[in-house]
Amino acid sequence: MKFSTVMSPHLQPVNSVDRVMLQVLLALIPGIAAMTWFFGIGVLINIALAVIAALLAEASILGLRGRPISATLKDLSAVVTAVLLAISLPVIAPWWITVVGSLFAIVIAKHLYGGLGYNPFNPAMVGYVFLLVSFPMQMTAWLAPVELSSVALTEIDWLKLIFLEQLPDSVNFDAVTMATPLDSVRTQLGLGRSVPEIQTDSAFGFIAGKGWEWVAGGYLLGGLWLLWRKIIGWQIPIGLLLGLGLFASICYAIDSNQFALPSFHLLAGATMLGAFFIATDPVTAATSVNGRIIYGLLIGSLVYIIRVWGGYPDAMAFAVLLGNLTAPAIDYFTQPRVFGQKT
Amino acid sequence: MLKTWRFHGGLRLPAHKHLSAHRPIVNAELPKQLIYPLQQRPGVQLKPTVVPGETVLRGQIIADSDHFLATPLHAASSGTVKAIEDRIIPHPSGLSDQCIIIDTDGRDEALTSERVADYRLEPASSLRTKIRQAGIVGLGGAAFPTSIKLNPGPQRHIDTLILNGAECEPYITCDNVLMQAEPDVVVQGALILMHALQVGNGIIAVEDHMTEAFQALSSAIEQSKDLRLTVIKIPALYPTGGEKQLIRVVTGKETPSGGIPADVGVICQNVGTAAAVYNAICRGLPLTERVVTVTGQGVKQQQNMRARIGTPISDLIKQCGGYQDTVERLIMGGPMMGFALPEDDIPIIKATNCILAAAGSEVATSKETRPCIRCGDCAKACPVDLLPQQLYWHSRAGNLEKCKDFSLFDCIECGCCEVVCPSQIPLVQYYRAAKSKTIAKAKEAEKAAIAKRRHDFLLERKAREQAERAERSRRKKEALAKLKAAETATEGAE
Ligand code: SF4
Ligand code: SF4
Repeated sequence: MKFSTVMSPHLQPVNSVDRVMLQVLLALIPGIAAMTWFFGIGVLINIALAVIAALLAEASILGLRGRPISATLKDLSAVVTAVLLAISLPVIAPWWITVVGSLFAIVIAKHLYGGLGYNPFNPAMVGYVFLLVSFPMQMTAWLAPVELSSVALTEIDWLKLIFLEQLPDSVNFDAVTMATPLDSVRTQLGLGRSVPEIQTDSAFGFIAGKGWEWVAGGYLLGGLWLLWRKIIGWQIPIGLLLGLGLFASICYAIDSNQFALPSFHLLAGATMLGAFFIATDPVTAATSVNGRIIYGLLIGSLVYIIRVWGGYPDAMAFAVLLGNLTAPAIDYFTQPRVFGQKT
Repeated sequence: MLKTWRFHGGLRLPAHKHLSAHRPIVNAELPKQLIYPLQQRPGVQLKPTVVPGETVLRGQIIADSDHFLATPLHAASSGTVKAIEDRIIPHPSGLSDQCIIIDTDGRDEALTSERVADYRLEPASSLRTKIRQAGIVGLGGAAFPTSIKLNPGPQRHIDTLILNGAECEPYITCDNVLMQAEPDVVVQGALILMHALQVGNGIIAVEDHMTEAFQALSSAIEQSKDLRLTVIKIPALYPTGGEKQLIRVVTGKETPSGGIPADVGVICQNVGTAAAVYNAICRGLPLTERVVTVTGQGVKQQQNMRARIGTPISDLIKQCGGYQDTVERLIMGGPMMGFALPEDDIPIIKATNCILAAAGSEVATSKETRPCIRCGDCAKACPVDLLPQQLYWHSRAGNLEKCKDFSLFDCIECGCCEVVCPSQIPLVQYYRAAKSKTIAKAKEAEKAAIAKRRHDFLLERKAREQAERAERSRRKKEALAKLKAAETATEGAE
């Protein structure tokens, strides 16, 4: 009897990129659900817009580059990029913000560098920073969490808001928007109030902002699930949270009037999303085990530094991109010692 | 319980050992035909010592060579040499090469050979000669001549013999069942090896799930009353049966890169090899049979068979009830490091521990390869602590120098990296290609160096000849000039 011959190993691969990406998407569900609950369905509309734009962009570019289209779309990496971008955007961002950001992420940040695996910078974060720099007004208008808002928006209102940039006649813009907790800590500190005073404001919940802490909790839950499924390693998230937490603790210990509690920083803004879903993007992170701890610590510290002393209230995107920049060097200096070789 | 150490990475693989582990060893029927490839290892070609038409007996040497890595080949049954011709050999290349074909006569008559009454009275060198004459090589798969391993040279001090009973590849159980069925033979073989090496410490390592084998060996050791030998359980983690990994696990020592186990005072032998040594020394039986695991979902009855070396695989499969319809691939060895065979009319050789008739659902048939996403899973799995993704980049780009910098030649081709790679990249293929390219280049360079030396030598000779010629003509001219001067002088005088 004749057989086909193939080289070893013959065992089936135990993992696939498609599976990894799918699990990442599943793990995002609790966080997205919390966001929808507290901030309305705008986030879902954003996700849909971003995903459609990303898939169309990826398909066209693959076509132009003469690459297989459907097999590549199936790897879901474009979907992950789009979703990560969409949930980082303000929920009331007009539709073109989401679409432009998504296109920029896929076309410029991913495919211009050669596509999946070749991009040195996290595409979602490149898209985010591009939007933040180009359209600062639209990118900083955050909605108040539902429980603090006097107006309730219907589905139709939402569609009108995102696609036509119109609010119902009875509502004015300022009534629905509100500074994010990170934002208000910044501005209020600038006005001379102390952190404990600021935190008595109605926008603050138990630890971080109302609603925000639950969203962070959702991402934490999803992240822990990814850890448990071994889709991501502990090194980057723990490193990141540790870096941020340490910095925040030191500063808090020095002056608790000027610096917020470490727990505030851990649950505010994009900390959890960044730690478990964004900084862990393997393509743009350091690869060695020790390198990843350093990489996480670095990003965590940068987040704190930029939040407190930088020009922007939240800092995850900048910190991750700076981390991306250092990844090759970190890898170079953290090469493991080969078995049987001297150091 | 002795302490064990860990090596980096490794994989817990689905074992699939239950298919064959708990069934008795079946004696395979005598095949009609025995086939013996003359290429023993790459670069070691045996010369036949028989001619077509000659009758042979079991245990008679039919081929040998003076190459120091060669061991003699014995007929596994009596019969007639039918031909010496090209057949497909069991080798990853799938190519044909010279084989001795023996038609068996069914009488299975054996040569009687001498046995040693008490091996303890034999000097090590005589034991080594006998082991070589019995054709014994490592039966774990590498088929390295045992007699050479037993002679590490006076500059190396050996203190430990490790018997490798860790069958870390999925499916394979031939060593496990051998240890259960013949623990005394294994233990006695180990003691002979210890005597040949003059070491006072022997360790038989089995995987932690081999409870029966562990028990059988323990009581066999107890009976032998030789407390220099112990048996230990080690965690089942692929590739813990790799020589350097096993030494690490058992002794904590790291064999240096590019070195051999003897450099850290250890010699490793497979348990099957130890049994073969006992049979050769104490029973006078050269190596003509071994236990082979025939397994996989592609064959009807999975079992371990004691088969004559040279038996065609198709014969063994037939005795296992034939193939299932689902059979997809025929593999010699395990699913991680074994190689696929193009057909089943190929014989088992000394190194054949397993015939895996795999169904399509058991092996990777179509991989959806994607670009490397730098996830680092490969590096986490690598037992040698290499950076497989870097090796992949550089081997794919053909950058052989960089490959060397990332220790390409320390790669043991275990396949761990490839199995965990989510992008399903055929990593090991890239490494093999890069290795053979590097070797080919080194050979080229060597050839070029020889050619250059020859060229330089020729140039030098030419230059020398020219100089000599010039010198000769100069002398001639001088002599002529002198002669002329003398002539004119005499002319003037006249
Ligand atoms: S496991 Fe595969 S995808 Fe991941 S780094 Fe290694 S080669 Fe790249
Ligand atoms: S095949 Fe080579 S690189 Fe891959 S895991 Fe094994 S030793 Fe490491």
